[in-house]
Amino acid sequence: MKRFALAGNPNCGKTTLFNALTGSTAHVGNWPGVTVDKKEGVYKKGSEPISIIDLPGIYSLSPYTPEEVVSRNYILDEKPDCVINIVDATNLERNLYLTTQVMEMDVPIVIALNMMDALEKQGDKIDEKELTKRLGVPVVKISALKGTGIQELMEKAIESSNEIRKGKTVLEGCEIWHLINDVRIALDGQDIENPLFHAIKLVENDEIEVAMHQNTIKMVEEFKKTFENELFGTDFEALVADARYKYISKYYSPLMSKKDKGVKLSKSDKADKVLTNKWVGIPIFLAILFAIFHLTFSENFLFLGGVLNDEWVSLSGTAFEGLFGSGEGLASPGVILFNLMDVITATISGWLGAGLESITSTPWVLGLVNDGILAGLCGVLSFVPQIIFLLLCLSILEDTGYMARVAFILDRIFRRFGVSGRAFIPMIMGFGCSIPAMVNTRTLADERERTLTIRAIPFFTCGAKLPILAAVTGAMAMAFNIGSADLITYALYVVGMAVAVITILIMRGTTQRGEIAPFIMELPAYHAPGFKGLMIHLWDKTKHYVKKVFTIILASTIIIWFVSNFRWDWTLISDPSQMNESILASVGKFMQPIFTPLGFGSQLGGLGWVFAVAAILGLIAKENVIAGFLTLASVILAMFTVQPDILVNAGVLSPEILSQIEALIASGEFGEEGYEVVAMIAATGIEWPGLISFIVFNMTTIPCFAAVATAKGELGKGKIKWTLLFWIATSFIASAITYVFCTMFATWSTWSIIVSIVIIALMVFAILGIRAYNEKRPLKSK
Amino acid sequence: MKKLSEFSIGESGVIKSIVCEGRIKRRLFDMGVTPGAEVYLRKKAPLGDPIEVTIRGYELTLRKTEAECVNLEVKD
Repeated sequence: MKRFALAGNPNCGKTTLFNALTGSTAHVGNWPGVTVDKKEGVYKKGSEPISIIDLPGIYSLSPYTPEEVVSRNYILDEKPDCVINIVDATNLERNLYLTTQVMEMDVPIVIALNMMDALEKQGDKIDEKELTKRLGVPVVKISALKGTGIQELMEKAIESSNEIRKGKTVLEGCEIWHLINDVRIALDGQDIENPLFHAIKLVENDEIEVAMHQNTIKMVEEFKKTFENELFGTDFEALVADARYKYISKYYSPLMSKKDKGVKLSKSDKADKVLTNKWVGIPIFLAILFAIFHLTFSENFLFLGGVLNDEWVSLSGTAFEGLFGSGEGLASPGVILFNLMDVITATISGWLGAGLESITSTPWVLGLVNDGILAGLCGVLSFVPQIIFLLLCLSILEDTGYMARVAFILDRIFRRFGVSGRAFIPMIMGFGCSIPAMVNTRTLADERERTLTIRAIPFFTCGAKLPILAAVTGAMAMAFNIGSADLITYALYVVGMAVAVITILIMRGTTQRGEIAPFIMELPAYHAPGFKGLMIHLWDKTKHYVKKVFTIILASTIIIWFVSNFRWDWTLISDPSQMNESILASVGKFMQPIFTPLGFGSQLGGLGWVFAVAAILGLIAKENVIAGFLTLASVILAMFTVQPDILVNAGVLSPEILSQIEALIASGEFGEEGYEVVAMIAATGIEWPGLISFIVFNMTTIPCFAAVATAKGELGKGKIKWTLLFWIATSFIASAITYVFCTMFATWSTWSIIVSIVIIALMVFAILGIRAYNEKRPLKSK
Repeated sequence: MKKLSEFSIGESGVIKSIVCEGRIKRRLFDMGVTPGAEVYLRKKAPLGDPIEVTIRGYELTLRKTEAECVNLEVKD
């Protein structure tokens, strides 16, 4: 099968073309750097199937960012049968700069002149026949979005792939052409493929090439001694770049005829005037971020709780009671989605449970299926629509081009913390999922900045941690009667971001010292999000979550059920009072002391070890925390409803906790969801500071197996073990501090105040100490 | 001659030279910031830095420290 590679600038419509060609579901965003790894698909609409490879978007073939190296190596080493170079017609000059470099390789090329529809709408024209002549490679006008010209493009590409093409350059006739040609002949003599391309890069003093051709570089060095240009000196890299642009402006740019548009502002300009405005730009960003979380989490949507009639809002007495609102107020779209899904999963698991009971009455089978599998899986599945809703909001930000503006307006602030505004884009993506966010850091050119960003991404609470937040804060609000769950949730998101900022500051002062990376970035025009693209992306994500639920989470819940219902000698625990004899209990109790300083360790009585177990399970996948909770909680509840007294007598539950649970059940204030977690809180006697600390621990610790694997691949060699240590240390310190502060608020004793002051003083001294030390130690320049 | 970092909003000019080293220079060149190119300062970020310019028909953002390398001849 023939292979065609798509190459082009970031944001030139490459991924859209890839989707149009392959019918694939790659994600399209509107900011530079959406495709950061190469993707493959198959084009089936032609005479023969053709494999299409979507390379990351690049501005040049210089070796400064990892993605540039990926694209360059692919074309050089994998030798595709044809390179389809996509050129954004609305941005001709800069796009052709890459074309002039690709043309130097010995590979067939076809130019896809994309966004012709947008260009013609502006009233501009390009003489593509003349451009074909001058470039010496076929140029085809297309619109990837509308799907026009694609057939012709593929026909031309197939035609070209059957011919052998030799590299060609626009540098003939420039001052150092003589040198380039000599180097080319020398390389050709050594039987090196793509001699022209390598020769030019070698003359440019490209670090990859210099390492590869130690002998030939001497030729360049010798020549440099005799050469002097008044503007560039012997900086051949600059000279070559300048020569390329000069050639483009002289021979290619005039082929575009622009309609004089005067000073009329485009829609994009008008939007930009407001969104990046001096006074309201930053407040608007904060408002948008708040709105996203409010839409996703709020039980009191638009703060109408006090205004609307409770009975009317909660539809009390109807079949839809509580679905669209509760005593607190109207539910936000995210919460409504959760409620609906929760009803669906509860109904289905009810049917399945009843169906199973009609087949068998073996207690352990019923227990495994009902308490083990169904409770855990349904609990996690109920959250999927809410997570997808959050992803939808974030994707809209990406699609419209707003993310790039966020980097623009916040760069100044982020620079103070030691990262550029550009690094903030993957961090925001981290609210959705850490994995694509980590992969995306490849667009960052600076190695230290990449390391910092990858390490900080998990602190931006991802979708999989959403159930922990929602369920635990919801249960807390019920069990301890503390205000609204929304506010705790928002506060915890802020805590996560604060941890990110503090740790970045510390790393910048110690292990990752260095200058802040430059911030030179394209700002794409705004456009309305494409409905189809969005839906494709969300569908992909839904599949991803559902797949995870039925694989890793399913396996985990089954294992949890077994180890919590069997003793070490493999006998089934039939008597609930012996729950503390289970395998899980002994493992949990063994682990418990590590979490004591964090407030959810040995100080919890009875079944308190479940928190230790849940925290450990969360290291595999964060959904496991809630799945594990629900599995264990339903085991506890099942026992509780049968024989509460036995549990008390066996010392599993204290009489106070028993009466607390009874009161909670009798009050009927809470619905189905949160019920298990409330029972869990009551059964373990955990206080709210411990719970908050538990959430903070899960938010800041090792993210999940998949994210660790991604980080391992993205970070430089040997960095993953330090990164894991960093996450563990951060989570322990952050949650210990959280616990101390919350306890102080809860009890307000003199001791807690003293301890808090000491902690704050230590932190301030540490940061000041690092600063003072660094001032004496000058930065090593590269 | 004036540095790009000293431009005020609405000013435009033609690049005469770029005075800096290594990676930043390469990046500027790759993005089309080369001698002869016309630059228009569109706006500044809410905190005054970075700046946004129109160059070769597209929008580019860069920091003042990077803009300091770019010398231009002011156009009326």
